[in-house]
Amino acid sequence: MIHSLFLINASGDIFLEKHWKSVVSRSVCDYFFEAQERATEPENVPPVIPTPHHYLISVLRHRIYFVAVIQSEVPPLFVIEFLHRVVDTFQDYFGVCTEAAIKDNVVVVYELLEEMLDNGFPLATESNILKELIKPPTILRTMVNTITGSTNVGEQLPTGQLSVVPWRRTGVKYTNNEAYFDVVEEIDAIIDKSGSTITAEIQGVIDACVKLTGMPDLTLSFMNPRLLDDVSFHPCVRFKRWEAERILSFIPPDGNFRLLSYHVSSQNLVAIPVYVKHNITFREGSSQGRFDLTLGPKQTMGKAVESVLVSSQLPRGVLNANLNPSQGTYTFDPVTKLLTWDVGKINPQKLPSLKGTMNLQAGASKPDENPTINIQFKIQQMAISGTQLHTHPHTLQLQSQSSSSQLTTA
Amino acid sequence: MTDSKYFTTTKKGEIFELKAELNSDKKEKKKEAVKKVIASMTVGKDVSALFPDVVNCMQTDNLELKKLVYLYLMNYAKSQPDMAIMAVNTFVKDCEDPNPLIRALAVRTMGCIRVDKITEYLCEPLRKCLKDEDPYVRKTAAVCVAKLHDINAQLVEDQGFLDTLKDLISDSNPMVVANAVAALSEIAESHPNSNLLDLNPQTINKLLTALNECTEWGQIFILDCLANYTPRDDRESQSICERVTPRLSHANSAVVLSAVKVLMKFMEMLPKDLDYYGTLLKKLAPPLVTLLSAEPELQYVALRNINLIVQRRPEILKHEMKVFFVKYNDPIYVKLEKLDIMIRLASQANIAQVLAELKEYATEVDVDFVRKAVRAIGRCAIKVEQSAERCVSTLLDLIQTKVNYVVQEAIVVIKDIFRKYPNKYESVIATLCENLDSLDEPEARAAMIWIVGEYAERIDNADELLESFLEGFHDESTQVQLQLLTAIVKLFLKKPTETQELVQQVLSLATQDSDNPDLRDRGYIYWRLLSTDPVAAKEVVLAEKPLISEETDLIEPTLLEELICHIGTLASVYHKPPSAFVEGSRGVQHKRLPGSAGSGESVESPDTGSAAGVSDAPPAVIPSQGDLLGDLLNLDLTPPATTGPPPPATSGMQLGAMDLLGGGLDSLMGDESEPLGGDLGGSSAMGAGFGAPPAAPAASFSAPVSGGLDDLFDLGGGVGMPMGAYSPPKTVWLPAMKGKGLEISGTFARRAGVIQMEMTLTNKAMSVMTDFAIQFNRNSFGLAPAGPLQVLTPLSPNQSIEVTLPLNTVGPVMKMDPLNNLQVAVKNNIDVFYFSCQYPISMLFVEDGKMERQVFLATWKDISNDNEAQFQIKDCHLSSDAVSNKLQGSNIFTIAKRTVDGQDMLYQSTKLSNGIWVLAELRVQTGNPTFTVCLKCRAPEVSQCVFQSYDAVLKN
Repeated sequence: MIHSLFLINASGDIFLEKHWKSVVSRSVCDYFFEAQERATEPENVPPVIPTPHHYLISVLRHRIYFVAVIQSEVPPLFVIEFLHRVVDTFQDYFGVCTEAAIKDNVVVVYELLEEMLDNGFPLATESNILKELIKPPTILRTMVNTITGSTNVGEQLPTGQLSVVPWRRTGVKYTNNEAYFDVVEEIDAIIDKSGSTITAEIQGVIDACVKLTGMPDLTLSFMNPRLLDDVSFHPCVRFKRWEAERILSFIPPDGNFRLLSYHVSSQNLVAIPVYVKHNITFREGSSQGRFDLTLGPKQTMGKAVESVLVSSQLPRGVLNANLNPSQGTYTFDPVTKLLTWDVGKINPQKLPSLKGTMNLQAGASKPDENPTINIQFKIQQMAISGTQLHTHPHTLQLQSQSSSSQLTTA
Repeated sequence: MTDSKYFTTTKKGEIFELKAELNSDKKEKKKEAVKKVIASMTVGKDVSALFPDVVNCMQTDNLELKKLVYLYLMNYAKSQPDMAIMAVNTFVKDCEDPNPLIRALAVRTMGCIRVDKITEYLCEPLRKCLKDEDPYVRKTAAVCVAKLHDINAQLVEDQGFLDTLKDLISDSNPMVVANAVAALSEIAESHPNSNLLDLNPQTINKLLTALNECTEWGQIFILDCLANYTPRDDRESQSICERVTPRLSHANSAVVLSAVKVLMKFMEMLPKDLDYYGTLLKKLAPPLVTLLSAEPELQYVALRNINLIVQRRPEILKHEMKVFFVKYNDPIYVKLEKLDIMIRLASQANIAQVLAELKEYATEVDVDFVRKAVRAIGRCAIKVEQSAERCVSTLLDLIQTKVNYVVQEAIVVIKDIFRKYPNKYESVIATLCENLDSLDEPEARAAMIWIVGEYAERIDNADELLESFLEGFHDESTQVQLQLLTAIVKLFLKKPTETQELVQQVLSLATQDSDNPDLRDRGYIYWRLLSTDPVAAKEVVLAEKPLISEETDLIEPTLLEELICHIGTLASVYHKPPSAFVEGSRGVQHKRLPGSAGSGESVESPDTGSAAGVSDAPPAVIPSQGDLLGDLLNLDLTPPATTGPPPPATSGMQLGAMDLLGGGLDSLMGDESEPLGGDLGGSSAMGAGFGAPPAAPAASFSAPVSGGLDDLFDLGGGVGMPMGAYSPPKTVWLPAMKGKGLEISGTFARRAGVIQMEMTLTNKAMSVMTDFAIQFNRNSFGLAPAGPLQVLTPLSPNQSIEVTLPLNTVGPVMKMDPLNNLQVAVKNNIDVFYFSCQYPISMLFVEDGKMERQVFLATWKDISNDNEAQFQIKDCHLSSDAVSNKLQGSNIFTIAKRTVDGQDMLYQSTKLSNGIWVLAELRVQTGNPTFTVCLKCRAPEVSQCVFQSYDAVLKN
């Protein structure tokens, strides 16, 4: 089981350690530092590192390495999932998960870690249970605590802890009952030089914010559930009902949670809502290259393509770039050779373009590699896969559906 | 108002200040002080000096303060055990508190305090808490049993907590069940044979019910536990699968992977024609694909597991090739894994896409990745024959890029392609030769030299090319030197007239100027071969080589089976069985997949039963049909291509050479004839039959004599000469009836530290027998022949021959039943015969099995009484001195002797070749022919066998 946890910041200092069994000397992290040194990029540190007596499993989040130490055969995914949960909990409690935030709340952090794991076994990881045990710090509560001498620690056994619905506490009351569901879809596609799609897959999630009194039992259904290849549910969703009727039936947790995530694979044809015209050439024997890029929308059902960000890794031989954007701004980092162009919104009448020349090292031969162009953008109010939610009015009065899509094209 | 203030303290008198604050009357100040103490603790400062002051704060109604003090206690109690006793009363009181939160907290904290004196007080409160009315307390208490077991295993067993824990599996609350399972699994890990998790259909049913209702973490524990169960039949297996499948849709990836493990394992039992089998296969793919869109570190673990899954059941993901295409922003460790899986999934249907992708990757920036991509193209060519041509042309395109490392990597893989498809793509040699000068890595140079040597007749200037390499011969790495030597000899055999000078030059370079024994020996062999019989030389050096196949990079099937049982664990990430890396390797059990519906019996049977006597066990001849055979038939029985007796030395040789070429030659010839033909190490396919390490004959000369002497001195006077190790008389292993006229009888002996198998082969048939070879199946101690079976002359009818086969213990390991069972396959020109025999375990007792007295005492205490076994040896009329003398001959060493009430107690130790220590207490009463042996060992399975050896040694 999980023995210890070390938090390490970007400059390589161990700023927090927590041991659930006997104390493991922090010198064990030296193996981690070695691996870190070998990796070219911070994110390239291998997730599982063996040492003579322990195994180190690490995740990098918000520029902090969470390094778990284990001694026996433990499923690595179990450890990684737990570390993710720790990060999520910190973020939930402190708003951000940074070194400063953790240090500012070190006592709460310690209490949380103690509550989340007992002897290496997860104890309470659901946010609502934790919040009943240890109240999140707020400015008001800190003031009240200082004056009255009361504490952040709950005195009562959390009600949800052992019930059949551990994710929801009892006795929730709201004056305004409301529930929001966000469908966020991310499309991940690789498109080759000539514009044909090599792979495209859609990764979707439905995030919910439910503020309802009592023990509401909700049902939701999809207009076209067949689209979904694979779904992963929050534990509250009744799986039998989904299997039989393709209906989501659940008692929701209180507050924000991820109801489900789904996957629509490339077998279903996905229409990519933007296109790129590009012309990046280097001529043999010349120290100059041409760069010409134009973006345009397609099949967006009239929705605007927003927050467009283009980045491209130019060949190593490129010294600098002299470009002219028709809108937005661009930067070129001569060290990493990364070109980024913040386009903003695409106006279908006047397509954004970036044109100009690149300078190569004098005398260098023509670069071999083809630069990849990576485009990120958002389209509000459109689910690219065509997913649509139905609501069942007899169980749920209020429904607001705002959906946003995000698309990454490489 | 943040906690960071706790970190900023005035340096001077910090501890002193805190002490004052902790003893303050004001509650508020106290709490602040404790917080400061905790803060210092988290950053690794030593605040243990404040122990008494902090403990004083423990008695409080303030829950937060209580928790903080508990935190502190857990960290420092160990360093201040006497002080920690002060806290016991409060703990015991808290365990009775009306608030279940406090009861649970108290029992939880007590378990974390690793101080013996405290654990004694823990038992009573823990017993109460295990039966507490509140499930929250019960589930906390369940984990506490595991903690306690870690500190003092004996205490847990004595107090009967394990039984209580087993009862909790039937608890009404699923969370309690999950924690009980988790605790039991952890305890079972340190007691591999304790049979703690006794799984039967009833408990399985309870677990499956709890599975639906407990937390995600509990589900992982339960699923991992389920994976250890072996269903009785395919119907049970199907019903478990049906109830586990919904877990594939869980948001927690660890749950998903554990469910995949259960399904992969139980699927083995389902008949393939069942509809449900097909459905299950279809259901497995989507969750695996979804894992790949998670965070990179999850992807990495998932990919390592998918790698195993596609090797076992490629049909699951065969249509999902595209999801393994590399994304530009994947971390490098994900990219490399994806590449591996792409090749595994490559088939004729998708090869075009794969190649297009691989070609793109080869122009990437990261050098490691590019290299692997180029190598992948080569592997595709070898795997998918139809694509070979396209792969070769892609590789040629890449060579045209002139990027140094790409060219080198391409040449290495083209060499492999040549070996797979000889005489097909040699037209590209010209292009390769153009790039000769840019090669600077040994592997690429060696590959190029191999190509030049192999195709010397088609390359006009082959001699010039090789000569250019020869100039810097001494600066090359061994790999290149060996290759160059072979290549030039090949060249000479192909074009003898022009290259005489060259070959002489290289031979003298290799034999006279080199310090490397491998190189020198190979040089001498060639020299002798060439000078004795050029025709034979041609046959040897230019022999037909076995084709290589893609199987070389697949995981060996039995290992794969074991790894499939470990999906989701560290073993699956490293692709090694847990026994290979788990700390201490406390007799880890090897897991195997259950057999399919028809052949359930071949599954590994549980623990060692009552094994028959060692020496007189009837040799069981394995019937020539049946499931067991499957394993043996897979063994590669090709004898290491012996090329006849070594040619006699000729006068042309220098004197020095003769010595060098002494005895080792024939074994060298046997093992190296393939490399002579042109092996390039790593990537080429070495048939399993060639794998026998050549070192063994030499080993028999080393070490043992001095070991025996030391022991003599150790025991001092009084004791006579130790006799040789006991060896049972020969028994018939393979009767002539079953062996088509070949009768084999034999025995085992340990002589001078080498285990030997002594056999008498008798030909009772009418015709001459030749071409003998021997192979062992995997066995408990990794016994394997250390050399080929030396039957040099044909065995004519009615002739017998005595053969001694040296054995080593570095072969593959598989637990057998009985433990000392050995399955053997012997081949001759007539057929392959299988038989099994049992070897006395005393063969495996090594010479350095004498333990230090102190170590012996400590180890004896350390091994739990569970692992103790008692046996009686009847009718033995020896004195205790004679006994110890006799046993010492078989490497069972007497460490101490004590006489109590006329009874001699001998304390003895012995060590098995795989490092298992066995400690013994032998009671000998003068006048009483019955001795009592008490054996203690960390791997108690061996006790029975060891006892048999005792019995056999003492009675002979």
